[in-house]
Amino acid sequence: MIPVLLIVIPLVTGLISFFFKEERSAKSWALLSAVATLAVSLISLFQNGNGLSADAPWLPMMGSRFSVSLDGMGKLLTLLTAVSFPIIFASTFNNKYKNANAFYGFMLLTQAGLMGVFCAFDLLLFYFFWELALIPAYFLCSKWGGEKRIPVTFKFFIYTFVGSLLMLVGILYVYYKTPTHSFALSAVQNLAMGSGEENFIFWLFFIAFAIKMPIFPFHTWQPDTYEQSPTAVTMVLSGVMVKMGVFAVIRWLLPMFPGAAVRMADIVMILAITGMIYASLIAIRQDDIKRLVAYSSIAHIGLMAASMFTGYKTGMQGVIFQMFAHGINIIGLWIVVDVIEQQLGTRKFSELGGLAQKAPTLAILFVIMAFANIALPLTNSFIGEFLMFNSVFRHSIVLGAVACVSIILAAVYTLWMVQKIFYGEIRNTDSIELKVPANTQLMLAILVAVVIIFGVYPQPMINLSSDTVTKIIAQLK
Amino acid sequence: MNTIILSAIFGVVMMFSGIFVNSRSAYKHISAVLLLILLVLNVADSYGFAVLNVNTKNFLHFEKFGLLFNSICIFSTLIYVLLSGKEIEKAAHNTAEVHALIFFVLCGIGIVTSYTNLLMLFIGIEILSIPLYILSGSDKKNLRGNEASLKYFLMGSFSTGIMLMGIALLYGTAGTFMLEKTGGAGMLSYLEALGMLFIFIALSFKVSAAPFHFWTPDVYDGAPAVITSFMATVVKVAGFAAFIRLFEARFGSMGSQTERLIACVIFLTLAFGNLTAVFQHSVKRMLAYSSIAQAGFMMFAMFAVNDAAKEGLLLYAAAYSLATIGIFAVLAKMDDMSLEGFNGFAKSQPLIAALLAIFFLSLAGIPLTGGFFAKYYMLSAVVKTGHYLGLAIIGVLFAAVSAYYYFKVIQAMYFKDGEMTLAPVSSGFKYLLLAVAIIIVILGVYPSAILSLLYF
Repeated sequence: MIPVLLIVIPLVTGLISFFFKEERSAKSWALLSAVATLAVSLISLFQNGNGLSADAPWLPMMGSRFSVSLDGMGKLLTLLTAVSFPIIFASTFNNKYKNANAFYGFMLLTQAGLMGVFCAFDLLLFYFFWELALIPAYFLCSKWGGEKRIPVTFKFFIYTFVGSLLMLVGILYVYYKTPTHSFALSAVQNLAMGSGEENFIFWLFFIAFAIKMPIFPFHTWQPDTYEQSPTAVTMVLSGVMVKMGVFAVIRWLLPMFPGAAVRMADIVMILAITGMIYASLIAIRQDDIKRLVAYSSIAHIGLMAASMFTGYKTGMQGVIFQMFAHGINIIGLWIVVDVIEQQLGTRKFSELGGLAQKAPTLAILFVIMAFANIALPLTNSFIGEFLMFNSVFRHSIVLGAVACVSIILAAVYTLWMVQKIFYGEIRNTDSIELKVPANTQLMLAILVAVVIIFGVYPQPMINLSSDTVTKIIAQLK
Repeated sequence: MNTIILSAIFGVVMMFSGIFVNSRSAYKHISAVLLLILLVLNVADSYGFAVLNVNTKNFLHFEKFGLLFNSICIFSTLIYVLLSGKEIEKAAHNTAEVHALIFFVLCGIGIVTSYTNLLMLFIGIEILSIPLYILSGSDKKNLRGNEASLKYFLMGSFSTGIMLMGIALLYGTAGTFMLEKTGGAGMLSYLEALGMLFIFIALSFKVSAAPFHFWTPDVYDGAPAVITSFMATVVKVAGFAAFIRLFEARFGSMGSQTERLIACVIFLTLAFGNLTAVFQHSVKRMLAYSSIAQAGFMMFAMFAVNDAAKEGLLLYAAAYSLATIGIFAVLAKMDDMSLEGFNGFAKSQPLIAALLAIFFLSLAGIPLTGGFFAKYYMLSAVVKTGHYLGLAIIGVLFAAVSAYYYFKVIQAMYFKDGEMTLAPVSSGFKYLLLAVAIIIVILGVYPSAILSLLYF
């Protein structure tokens, strides 16, 4: 029942939201809905057994069922989704949006799509939600984004749409391979396929996921889209939506094509690690905070992609842990970016400086978030990245060594960013007061607390995902 | 049988109603009522109720698929008449005649969905085509309309000739006009193959598959928008019904050679339709090209010829026709049919803009709309055959291209500012359009609603 609630609450409240007239009531309604979803998600953590899955016939002629369920990884990612939305809504509560009712309606619909992706145990249903998450996001970016939003978002849409359609062909192929003609997760595993066709279908799926993550060379939509989207939407895109790609690899790709996953591991890892270095180098050269964070996100996702394919338990656990950690950290960074942009009207490093004197609390919170971005010990990312690097090294020393360069590069651009924004001379902005709203500070403080708590005591979260990981590792062997 | 008999009678009734009815707007209502009766009796046909018992001597065979196809066509026509009735009045001098011709077209559709004899196929296609030649030129004073009509007529008669030639060749080899081959499977004889090829070409012409599509953009663009709406939807999908009946009966005896031929035609159709649609500036012309592209997707059914293909064709017919009729109904009310004409649509007409967006999303094949499952089934049919996976991949790549030009309209409506002009619309029009959109969404969430009718 719980996964159904997680999908239905945002779906229904999102549709209702379109009918609100006043901006303020639409906002409060969205926040209320997001908190309700969070409550359900928190309950799911303490549940076991029947309450966590639901199953009903949906398209009997096609052999597809409405089958949703939560395992450890599912719980963690639905929790991430459920945590993100109230934080996003609360921290951007003072932002003004034209047609706020539609804005929040689309936001909640996106959430419903994301929840569906993380809960679906039926391949066709998964595809359905995968697309459902994309369409409202498309409208959000194109309607409320920056100047160049229309072409940029269109690129994003076409990229992901091409990926999805290729996946659809793959899904159909897999479907006709199943002896019972079914889309269920249990049915699409262990199919009898020749290695040639397995490799081919593997790529049909993987391109869709790689575009979403994004992995080099499929990443070109990402920095532009992050830059042009309204920051609240960027938080959803980077905090939660890119995790769809990573999640889908673990949930579907590895169990379906274990043979191809082993055969293709090196190619994927080389692509991912190339992307890490490449994105880090570009990040150093950026003048826009949003673009910098966007490139840093490509680098982080690259590491996750690489260690997923190592086939080690630690790597897999690190990825799942890091999906949550990265979501939290990057939303924290975006919140600060949003405050700066809303108050000072610029995101350019060349026009910023010395903000620590004006907003000391913000500076402290941001620095902690930045440390988490570099994966310093005591922050949650440290645990995840440590586990992941560990597995990459075990797989191949050379690849591991190359990947490690990105740690240094991450420190370079992140600290450079902190320095430029918060320290140094105060630039042109001295006439403007920087007032950080209380709700934003509170949300940042909560995120920082999460960062540190799981940095010091990550065990519960690692335990949570161990059931999923054990199952998948067994299949890869 | 009900459909064929009644639509012919109703056509005559409509024609003579011009003598008794003076108000021009009344025709729309008469026509709608008659269509409703036709729809009910067509459905009744599948329960064994017949208005007249006619011994068809096996020339026609009525089965679920054909009858359901009729229902979809009649229902789409009903929606079409209700949505665009006012524009029909404007487009043609004699409104009653237009409605009468529409009924004759439906009569032709009734035949081509149920024929078992090649002669019936020929008669059906002719009954269906001749009214269209007249309809496309119904705006007599419009030069482009006349050009379209003449072009369509010339090309159409040419293709009819080819079809007759093909039928004659088949008759020459088999000694019968019956569709089911008596000799059983085996290699096609030289003449038989040639005959099939000729019929294939003629039908490709009717459904505007490349490379026999050249008439389509000019005719669709030249004819009045309301007439284009009818031609591009109901008539086109009926052509596919004729196609699949032919292929179902004869496909078993055709080898991989034919498969390759159809694959080529599909590729050309998709490529030409989509790539030219991208560069169109007029939305009406873009829809003309996109209808070629959609035909390419429907050709997948001819390639696969299995259960999934038949089901998919039904879904495709319903989803595609309804969405296109809805778009054309709005388009016919606009002065400026270029992309710029859609700028700022969402601001002045939020409801209609949202519904149009649903129609375009459905044409692009986005989940939650009927268009998705239509495309899904077509792909599924191809993948099911187990080979030519590349064809499915080409199909989806072109589907992505089609999303590009459909989304341009959505972008214009929602994200660009401008003054758009729309003729005043009644609230009845809006509700009907809303109902069509709801049907499309239902098809997209629960397509079993229509497919289960095949198996009840």
